[in-house]
This record gives sequence, structure tokens and C-alpha cells, in this order.
Amino acid sequence: MFKLEPRVEFSPMISFLGPLFSIALTMIFGGILFFFLGVDPVAAIKMIFWDPLMSETFAEYSRPQILIKAAPLILIALGLSLGFKANIWNIGAEGQYIMGAIFGATFALSLYPSESVFIFPAMIIAGIIGGSIWAMIPAMLKVKFKVNEILVSLMLVYVAEQILALASLGFLRNPDGAGFPGSRNLNDYPSASNLELINGTGIHLGVLISLLMVIFFYILLFRHSLGFKIKLIGHSPKAYAFSGDSPNKMVVICLLVSGGLAGLAGLFEVAGPAGQITIDFNVGYGFTAIIVAFLGRLNPVGIFLAGIIMALTYVGGELTQFMLNLPAAAIQVFQGMLLFFLLSFDLFVNYKLKFLKD
Amino acid sequence: MDFSEINIPILIASLIVTATPLILAALGELIAEKSGVLNLGVEGMMIIGAVSGFIIGVETGSALLGIIGSAVGGALLSFLFAFIVLVMKANQVASGLALTIFGLGIAALLGHPYTGIAPPQFQSFSLPVLEDIPIIGVMFFQHDFVVYFSILASIATWYFLKYSRRGLVLRSIGENHDVAHSLGYKVIATRFGSILFGGALAGLGGGYLSLVRVPQWTEGMTAGAGWIALALVVFSGWHPFRLILGAYIFGGITILQLNLQAIGVNINIAILSMAPYLATIIALVIISVSRIQGNKGAPGSLGVSFVKVT
Amino acid sequence: MITASDKFLFQCKAISKSFPGVKANEDISLSVEKSQIHALLGENGAGKSTLVKIFYGLLQPDKGEMLLEDFQYQPKNPKNARSSGIGMVFQHFSLFEPLTVLENVLLGLDLQVNKTEVEQNVSKLSEVYGLEIKLSSFIGDLSAGERQRVEIIRALLQEPKLLIMDEPTSVLTPFEAENLFSTLRKLSDNGTSILYISHKLQEIAELCDTATVLRKGEVIGEYDPKLMSPKELGEIMVGQPLTTPNRPETEKRKEKLFSFSAEKVESETQFGVTLKNIDFEVSTSEILGIGGVAGNGQDELMQLLIGERIQNGVFIHFKNNDISQLNPRKRRGLGIAFGPEERLGHAAVSQLSLLENSLVTDPKNKFTDYSGFIKFETLHDYTKGVIEKFNVKTTGVKAVAGSLSGGNLQKFVVGREIEQRPILFIVNQPTWGVDALSATNIRESLVALANKGAGIILISQDLDELLEISNKVAFLSEGTLSKPIDTEEAVISEIGAIMGGLTEKEAI
Repeated sequence: MFKLEPRVEFSPMISFLGPLFSIALTMIFGGILFFFLGVDPVAAIKMIFWDPLMSETFAEYSRPQILIKAAPLILIALGLSLGFKANIWNIGAEGQYIMGAIFGATFALSLYPSESVFIFPAMIIAGIIGGSIWAMIPAMLKVKFKVNEILVSLMLVYVAEQILALASLGFLRNPDGAGFPGSRNLNDYPSASNLELINGTGIHLGVLISLLMVIFFYILLFRHSLGFKIKLIGHSPKAYAFSGDSPNKMVVICLLVSGGLAGLAGLFEVAGPAGQITIDFNVGYGFTAIIVAFLGRLNPVGIFLAGIIMALTYVGGELTQFMLNLPAAAIQVFQGMLLFFLLSFDLFVNYKLKFLKD
Repeated sequence: MDFSEINIPILIASLIVTATPLILAALGELIAEKSGVLNLGVEGMMIIGAVSGFIIGVETGSALLGIIGSAVGGALLSFLFAFIVLVMKANQVASGLALTIFGLGIAALLGHPYTGIAPPQFQSFSLPVLEDIPIIGVMFFQHDFVVYFSILASIATWYFLKYSRRGLVLRSIGENHDVAHSLGYKVIATRFGSILFGGALAGLGGGYLSLVRVPQWTEGMTAGAGWIALALVVFSGWHPFRLILGAYIFGGITILQLNLQAIGVNINIAILSMAPYLATIIALVIISVSRIQGNKGAPGSLGVSFVKVT
Repeated sequence: MITASDKFLFQCKAISKSFPGVKANEDISLSVEKSQIHALLGENGAGKSTLVKIFYGLLQPDKGEMLLEDFQYQPKNPKNARSSGIGMVFQHFSLFEPLTVLENVLLGLDLQVNKTEVEQNVSKLSEVYGLEIKLSSFIGDLSAGERQRVEIIRALLQEPKLLIMDEPTSVLTPFEAENLFSTLRKLSDNGTSILYISHKLQEIAELCDTATVLRKGEVIGEYDPKLMSPKELGEIMVGQPLTTPNRPETEKRKEKLFSFSAEKVESETQFGVTLKNIDFEVSTSEILGIGGVAGNGQDELMQLLIGERIQNGVFIHFKNNDISQLNPRKRRGLGIAFGPEERLGHAAVSQLSLLENSLVTDPKNKFTDYSGFIKFETLHDYTKGVIEKFNVKTTGVKAVAGSLSGGNLQKFVVGREIEQRPILFIVNQPTWGVDALSATNIRESLVALANKGAGIILISQDLDELLEISNKVAFLSEGTLSKPIDTEEAVISEIGAIMGGLTEKEAI
């Protein structure tokens, strides 16, 4: 028999080992899943975690792809982590991501084809505003009417998807596109495109900014009193109120930041790798970022590593689809499993397992 | 565009069909929440129910077995949630999200070979005599048994919670698990049961979608129905009858929206398609405003992990 | 082996129980006679609660055996205990606020019983023992005394042979306590044995036939409380001579520091208390005690004092400034410190380190620079200083608050505020659930702070504490505050009458 005993001091070791163990367990159980799908598990696991980085055939294409996919994941997950720490649950980042892209693209395309160095910076601001507005809806409803932010932010994803459809079939449709859905390609509009900074590396401005954000969030969370307040309200809203601030302020801050960053990620995506607004512009970064935030244990450095790993499973997953015929959904299952193991390991962050005699 | 194409009795009959999966899923969640567990994985459990019901239905050729299979599928997935949340004491919000992500993935994986196949026909279970009443018969008495089951289950749930001893124990555990434990009631076991029941009903709701309402398997076919079911529980104030009412209102909006699309009303399809989600948000706002003084009905221990101190 | 005896109803022998790092019970033996009111006396943390939880099947002993009448008794859970004939009334009521009295009673019964039968039995019990209650009321709407009645009724419906009462008077007014005693005496006359847990010496002398004293988890001995003075019994309980701090010196009291006035404040929560006609002032070097049984508006008043709730119609002045609209942070900035009742989850956070808990209240922005960055060195030194000066036993500044014992955490929380040198300190139940030595330390530090010129508002249920160190005392009853009276001239019987509030008037 065993029992649980609360920890006296926070153990950094455990919070580091948890994610590692979870990844290992996911590989094992994922391998079993792949086996049942008729795929060689060892080859599949290797193709997901190793080949995108090291294989001679794929790495040249895959390495930049990892950065391209990691950047939005990290950016969104950093924003979400604030709220998750504070028990404010924005799970509608996918919608905010879409709105950021639509705002940015609409702004740019309304100026087309005039060129100016100010267009791209203004698009960035538009993207942030788009995401923030979408996140402010649940924030305001929570502050004013105590409406559950989980449900509202999630419902707004479906609404944003319809707006996306509206945009790509309607107000943003490329007038020179022979009637096909989708906007003009921003990559063909120099002032509005988010180009690779170094050719062939996949590094665009969004990648750089997400790295800067990791540092910024690290300082914010561990050195600044705002970071402490987020932790405080997450652990005890009553103690937070006792310390003297309004809980509403925290709701607004957390949703504003996470919405703004999701919008920013959407903007970089639409102006860069995606290039245009289409009906299937969003590929689920907003939801996967939830996994990234938890995999990184809501710690900025952890989120950085988790973003890379998750991007790896995306890129590796595409490889397995292509090379081994593994269904795309297998990777989603794989990611879900990872999250399960991770959440289960939280038990050992808060408690020590004590084995009892007899 | 011709509004006379909209047949009111058929509209009402189909809103009942639309509401049925929501009633089932929301009812299951209501029981889980009354026992103190917030399971945000309804969407995941529904889609698993949809796919498992569909597969079993197609493979056995029996819609009834399919429906049963969907409940089993939903319950199996909820078992995972129950284990993580009750045994491993993981955060309920995060675990529920994980369940949804995982369920959507598994369903897509399992369902892939079944895309585009027609499921076995579901026998309608018309109520004799009553079905022949003009208009009303079409509206209410020519449905399949799952529709009637959803109503009966709501009544049974209401009775169970209000009048039975087990229901009282379940509520007491949801209100304050420490006190219930000190009285000797089994918190973990009760919650385990409630989560499984919730999973089975959510699965059933999903199965009804894929076997009856659509009837077809497509990836991501629940399209937020699980989340709407969660909103319905809040809307109902944890009361089974208000839950039915909410589901029918919601079903009405959805069906009306689809009918308007069908007759080609001069509103953009995308905007019509937003209607159910916007309606959900508006309903949540209205209910929160009217209940702003203390959230009456929400169980006291909702979402809090129970750790026994020994 | 214990041998059965006609004399004894319940016996336990050599019971031991340890928790991580604590021996809660060590080799405990005691015997309860039939129809006896047997006191289990000991201060907070002496192991009383652990022992009775073992008797009631909530905890399993590591060692030892029990005998109920002639049979070996090993309850696996409370259900077992109840069916064997042991009932218990908890200190913290095991009642569900949103449910009705009837539902709560039904939850306490193990068998499927029919409602009318329960109703009949309840009305019979009410009559015999003077336990009046309406079955359809919601628990949340009842006073502490009424809630206790529900607990007792629930226990009595099972017709227990042994009734365990855990600190039953801690929530009662003196008048309600008298009613309880007469109920318990009737029960004992009818053949029920009672194990009465308390640390209040007066009432044990009044009620109990014998007293087993526990200290640090061990039995010190069995005494006849009628043959000893409460002071003697108290020193046996604590294990050392008891000292009482003096109240702050009167001559230093000069200027008015703080005033609070509110005519009516409605409660924000469903089962909260509405405050009415509250008016008081505090001067420098003065301790104003606010007494009364918990649940009579203390929490609601504290919220307003801290500024967690800002309400029109509440007028608060500090040094002639109107601070009614200021949030807690701004109030702290003026030199007011607060110590709420709940140590964990309000004053401090269980999962955060002591270091971080120091940061919860930072009145002068000592711990952050102008742009909000945390000054870790200052924070560390401050926290260490509090731990040393207030004798907080802990593994260090990085220990999480939840790992400290109640007494040590309370010393930390009070120390954290006092070290900020407040001009006014408002504190709610600072010694509740704290061991005697820590309680004395805390009281002494409050008096010392007042002697340096600070004003103190001490909200407490402990009448002895209030009479000991406060200069003036007022009482809260059903949300109304009595006029403050001078403690030096107070007469106990007078205080009892004020504390009882309406209940007392009805009695006359």
C-alpha cells in the first residue's frame, strides 16, 4: 500500500522529470498504437522524433519547418500560460489566432497595392488588436456578468471560423483569383509579407519575436510582481483579494495578453508561411498550444522546449503520413496521450508517494 | 425564397431530434457536476460515442447495438478521465480539455475507414393512437425510442436527485466532499460512477448524431455540440427540466437557421451558421445576469479534487 | 488484552497513531463508565481529535485495541462506529449548508428510513431533550447553536450508547452552552455515556464526572475536575505555569486613531450575516476587543475593515482621513495591517513558500522597486527576520506555508504584519486553534505593539483572551455590535448578557 503526503518544499527536479517521463510513456503507448495500426512502431517513433532533425533526406526541409511551426505554438502557449496559472481559462486561442490574421490581412489588403515601410508594423498592431478584441469578449462578459470564460472563448472559435469563411469567400476574396476562394497572397505584396530573414532557415520575424517573448515572460513571471500576482490568484483568489488588487484586472490582463499573442501568431502566419486567408487557414495551433503550455509546465523555458517538441511531432507526423501511411489523426491521439500522462504526473509535483509497510 | 416551404410541425419534430443528443450529453454532465466533477471532455466523449456507435452499427447491421455501443464507447473514454482526475488528482479543467483533444483524435483515427458509408436504419418507435393525432402526432409521437428515452431519463434524473437516498448522497458529495467523507460516504466511488454515467450518456448523444440525426460519419461531426451541452448545464441551473427547455430552444434556433439556409433566405450562410454559437453565448449572459447574486445551484465542491487525509 | 467489566461501557488500551513527522497519539488508554460524562482535556494539538477520530472509525490506529461493552471494537469507518453504538458531534459541523435539516438528518442515518418516521422521532427527541428545530429549514440559515442541535439530533436518532462531543461550546453563547449542558445531563441520566472534548476548564468542572488529560499525544492522568481548581487543571494540561500578559497601559491612550460606522450592510452571500448599527472607535495604544460567537458577522465586518468589500454607507476614518473607498493595498500604505481568521487560503497560501507569502502583504512597497520588480534580497532578509523574531518553527524561508503547524503559521502571519510596524493592526481570531504557548506569544506581541503606540482591533471568540489583553470590549451578535465597555470594570455576568444578544432577552 502507499499513501500521498504533501510536499514541504517545491521540487524543481520533479517538475523537470515529469515531462520527460511523460514523453517516454507516450512513446511507449504511442508505439503500441502504431503497432495496432500496422506500422512498425520503432520506425514511426524514430521518424517523428529523430528524422525531422537528423535524417539526411528530410532534415533540410524539416528543420526550418520545425521553427515555422514552433513559433506560433510558443507564442500562443506563452500567453495562455499566464491565464492557466491564474485559473483563467482562455481555450479560444484558435479563434483569436484567426481574428489576428483576418485583421492584419484586411488592413494590408485595403492598402494594396501601395507600398510603404509602415505597412508591416501597422499590420502587426492590427493582428494584436484583432486577437485582443476577440479575447476581450469573454473577458468583459466575465468581469461584467460573471459568465464562464471557457465556454464563451470556445464558442467564439466557431464564430471566428465562420468569419474566416465569410472573408475568404467574400470581403477578402482575391479579385484576380478567377473566383476561387481565398485572399490575395501577401507574399506577393512586398510591404505586407513576413519574409524569411535568412534564406532556407525558416526563421521569420515571428520566430525571433517568440524567442524574445520567452525571455520577456521568464522575467515577468519570476522577477516581476505581476508574475507573482498571477501565481497568487491562481492558488488562492481570496489571498489575492486580501493582497489588495481587483480580480477583474487579472481577468482582463490574462485574456488581453493571450488574445494579443494569439492574434500576433495569426498575423505572422498569414503574412508568412500561409501567405493568404483561406477557409482552412487555421490548423489547430490554438488548441495544440494548450498542450504546449502544460507540457512546458506553464514555465516559459519549458514552453519553449515543449513548442519545439510539439512542432517536431507535427513535422514528424507529416513524414509518417507520407512515408508510412500513418493516418493524420494518429498524431493527434499521440499529442492527447502526452497531455494525459503529463497531467497525471502533476500528482508527484504536489505530493510525495510514501510506501507503507504491510 | 418562400417561407411557406417551412412546415411548422416538421420543424418542431426536427428540433426535437436536434435537441435530443444535447439533452443526453447535458444530462450526463449534470449528474457528474452534481457529484462535484467538472468534466470538460463532453465533446470528446460525444465524438467517441458517435464513432463507436457508427462502427458497431455498421459492422453488426443493427442500429440498436450501435446505440448501445456508443454508450459503452463514451463510458470507456470517461473512465480515463475518472482515473486521471480522481486517482491522480489532476486538474479537472485541463484533464477535460485533454479528453476532448484525445477523443477527437481517436475518433478520427477509428472512423476514417467508415467515411461516406450509410449506417443501418433506425426504426422509429411511434406511439400507437397518439401518432395519428393530426399535426401533434407528427410533432411529438413519431420519433424513435432514443427521443423518448431522453425525456424519460430527464424525469428519472430529476426524481433520483430529488427523492432518492442515493441521489441525496450524490448531491451531498458534490456540495462538500470533506463532510460527506466524514459521514462515511464514498466520495471517489460515487464520483467514478457519476463520471461513467456522464460518459455513457454523452456517448449515447454522439451515437444518436451519427446513427440517426445526420446519419453518417464525418470527422469532427459533433462541431461543438459537447461544449453547447456544457453551456446547457449552466443554463439549466443544474435542473433536468430546465435543461430540456434549454435544449429545445437551442434546437429550435439550429433548425430554423438550417431551414432559412435551405429556402435561400437573403442572409449569408456563414452568418446563419454562427447563430447557434452566438445564441449560446447570449443565453449564458442572460442566465448569469439573472443569477448574479450567488450562483444558485452550482455544487459547492465543483471542480475541486478530493484528497483524503489519512 | 483488555478485560470486559460491568462498570465500563468503552475502553481503549495502548492506542498509538503517527502522522508524517508527528506522533499524534502514543500509548493511550482510557475507560468510560456507563452513564458517565467523561472529559477529554488537552490543548490544541494534544491529540484529542485524532483519538476520537479513531474511536469513530475515521482513522485507523497504528497500534492498540478497543472494547465496547463486552466486545472487541474495530470500526473500519464511521458507519461501523454508528452501528456499534458510537455517535459523534464534530467541532466543525458535518452539515451541508444548501440542504435542509431533514436532508441532513437523513444523510446521517445509515438505514433507508421513511420520512414520517424520522419526523416523529425528531419531534420526540426535541421534546425530551429541549432540542427544537424546524425540519424544512436550510442549514445555511441556522445559527451555530441550531446547527449543533441538528448534529445532536442526528447522532441521537441512532440511539448511541456513547456520544462523543468535540469542543461543542466553541461556537455557542454562554446561554446556549447552558442549554447544551442540561441536554447532556438528561442524556447521561437516561444511560448514555458522553465523551466530552474540551480545553475549557470552567465548563469541565461544571459538567463532567471525570477528566482524562492529554498532553503531546500522551495521557498525563485522570482527575476529578470537581476536586481541583481550574488553574491547577490548566497547568497540568499545558505542562507549565501559565502567565498572563498585562493589557496595554492606559495612560498612553491619547488620540483617536480610527473610527468605523455603518448603519446597515446587506450580506453578499446567500447564507451571510447582515450587519446593523456598527459604530466604534480606536485610540492609539489601545486594544479594542470585539467578542461574540463566530458566524455573527465577524467575517463580514473583517471584509469591510480590510477593504476587500467597499460599500456605500460604510464610513471609515483613519487619522481623520476618509478611507472608506480605499482598497486593501492603499489602506496598508497608510499604516494599517490586517490578520484575517483563515490562515491558509486567505492570510497565506498553502502551496507558496514563506518567502512568497511575505510578498502577499507589502504595505510600503519594500519588496518591489519602482517598476514592479521584486527585490529578493530584501524579501529574504525580512522573511528570515520574521521567522527568527517570532520563533516560527520551520525548515526555512522556502518551506511552503502548508507545511507549518497551525501555531507556527499563525505566528508567521501575525509576525509578518507586526514587523511592518503598523499604526493600526486589525486581527481576527489570532489564537484560534493555536497551542497555548504560541497563543501566549501572540498575545504578548499584540500588547507590545500597542505599548509602542499602535491601535489594535482584536476580533476573538475567546472571552478570556479579550478580558486579558483588551482595554475595551464590544460584542457582535447577529450582526449588531454592542456598545464597547471598559474591561477593567467589566462584570462577567453582564458580559454574558450582552453576548447572548437577543437570545438572552427572550430568556428573561
